[in-house]
Amino acid sequence: MERKKTKSRREFINSSMRFGMVLALGGIGGLALRSSTKDQWVWQIDPFKCSWCGRCATNCVLNPSAVKCVHAYELCGYCDLCGGYLIPGHSDRSTAAENQLCPTAAIERKFIEEPYYEYKINEDLCIGCAKCAEGCSAFGNGSLYLQIMHHLCVNCNECAIARACPSDAIKRVKGSEPYLMKGDFTADGGET
Amino acid sequence: MKLTSIILPLLLFLLATAIPEETFSQQRFPAPEFESGYELPDVITPEPRALALEYGDVIVLLLFLLVTSWVVIKKRSRQWILWMSVGALLYFGFWRNGCICPVGSPQNMVLSLSDPSYAVSYTVIAFFILPLIFSLSFGRVFCGSACPLGAIQDLVIVRPVSVPVWIQKSLGMFPFVYLALAVLYAATGTDFIICRYDPFVGIFRMGAEFHLIVLGISFLLTGMFVARPYCRFVCPYGALLKVTSIFSKRHLSITPNQCIQCKLCTDSCPFGAIDKPTPDKLVHDIKGRTGRFMLYAAIIPLLMLIGGLALSSSHVFLAKAHPDVYLAHLLIDNPEVMDDLNNLDVQTFLGSDRTIDELVESAGEIQASFYTGAWFTGVFIGLVAGLFLISQYIVRRRTDYEPNRGDCYSCGRCMKYCPVQK
Repeated sequence: MERKKTKSRREFINSSMRFGMVLALGGIGGLALRSSTKDQWVWQIDPFKCSWCGRCATNCVLNPSAVKCVHAYELCGYCDLCGGYLIPGHSDRSTAAENQLCPTAAIERKFIEEPYYEYKINEDLCIGCAKCAEGCSAFGNGSLYLQIMHHLCVNCNECAIARACPSDAIKRVKGSEPYLMKGDFTADGGET
Repeated sequence: MKLTSIILPLLLFLLATAIPEETFSQQRFPAPEFESGYELPDVITPEPRALALEYGDVIVLLLFLLVTSWVVIKKRSRQWILWMSVGALLYFGFWRNGCICPVGSPQNMVLSLSDPSYAVSYTVIAFFILPLIFSLSFGRVFCGSACPLGAIQDLVIVRPVSVPVWIQKSLGMFPFVYLALAVLYAATGTDFIICRYDPFVGIFRMGAEFHLIVLGISFLLTGMFVARPYCRFVCPYGALLKVTSIFSKRHLSITPNQCIQCKLCTDSCPFGAIDKPTPDKLVHDIKGRTGRFMLYAAIIPLLMLIGGLALSSSHVFLAKAHPDVYLAHLLIDNPEVMDDLNNLDVQTFLGSDRTIDELVESAGEIQASFYTGAWFTGVFIGLVAGLFLISQYIVRRRTDYEPNRGDCYSCGRCMKYCPVQK
């Protein structure tokens, strides 16, 4: 008789604790649902905040980095003397490797018509070091800039580059609009 | 022609640099008008993983949990659990690269509650809630077969040694401390420490920082002898699962029928999660136990106060994990770093349009929120320590060998050892 009583008391404590926890879980879930989104979050670089520090190449959990240079062709001046392609101030203007900014020769230059040249990023070679983006922004239109490529990015819960980024340029964006393309918006956040 | 092609951009460049910055923020060089019929190539922007696949992950997790529950309660097969954990390791581990996983999800939940601009996605809510609901119903079935971190450790168990009970109990408190700190860091928007120091994600991705790989391999090497060290002594989500599992509706049982006290199962559990029948001596010593219980219950408020005081007094140290606070301290304590051209963080900050006053103000706000948060965290840790203490003096009358509901991972090893037939 004594035995049975303790057992039922234990069962009562158990079931009331369980009930309490279901309520708590429901509460937390409900609170989270209130501010939830159907979308997923992905990481992206705000090109207007980026300071071309080079950490995208070194801090990504992937090697090579999921950050690649993209080229906004409609912003490009198609210059022969490209600030993103050639090392500035180099006297010898041949396009030999020692004159190129890109450490992996990932920028492919193609003659279009006098005096215009097209610059195309070979994504397989690009390591996201931002050297070209820095050069292009310093001397040119800023048409070369970095973006996180979503077919490569493993979408870590917290982006390792975002944590290392000195200019706080990497933020979560909605998965339905996963890129922050130049030309779509301006530095102050307005639409163009 | 060649000469103009050099001079024209140069001239434009010189012109451009002469004009104040605002006027040419978009185009220094005008877009050319091509005569050769050249068309601008498309910028290729690959889409992220489809939303349907994310929901697919939830369904896979649900399937794993459902099947494991059935296997643990009804089917009673270690073999099934083993193969399911291999499946979870391959799918959630090596295929999904360890992200998404429920272990880190409490941080997302906390961040969504503390930061209104961050909305947590349905997938993450499901990954947080589902294993806990199953734990409340059937025990820690998630740990047994659906968790890739658990699976990788379970598969390397070679010769498990039994850890002394007092070590196991006291180290078993650390997951709660870790969870409390993770909540603090997530709520202040500082860091996701669970994900950052996940020792196995580097192995799943076949690449990570050196120290993380070392950590992962040393966990696996330890795990050959001390079974599942991460699950038992570190895993913060395991702390939640433990609490929910203690009060679970149903649970794995060692024997399918009446226990015959054969003691064959005693050494079968590598995690020390089988409770022996309560010795008579302990059952009859109610008086001494009650005294201790009351004493420790009375000092719980004191422990909570000590915890709160200890953590809140170290809030400045804790807050330094936040980049703004770190930078503000660096700039105030060592102003000479401003001349250090190699310090990227400092140089980028000096180059930005934020002033040091703004930075210090933001750092002050973050430190203030750390002070409040550290109080809560410390009080919670004190409470947990107190509850651990008094739980030593709660003795349940057990006549059979039973799995400890809090510590059992539902791996099913013990069931194999039981000679009793259904």
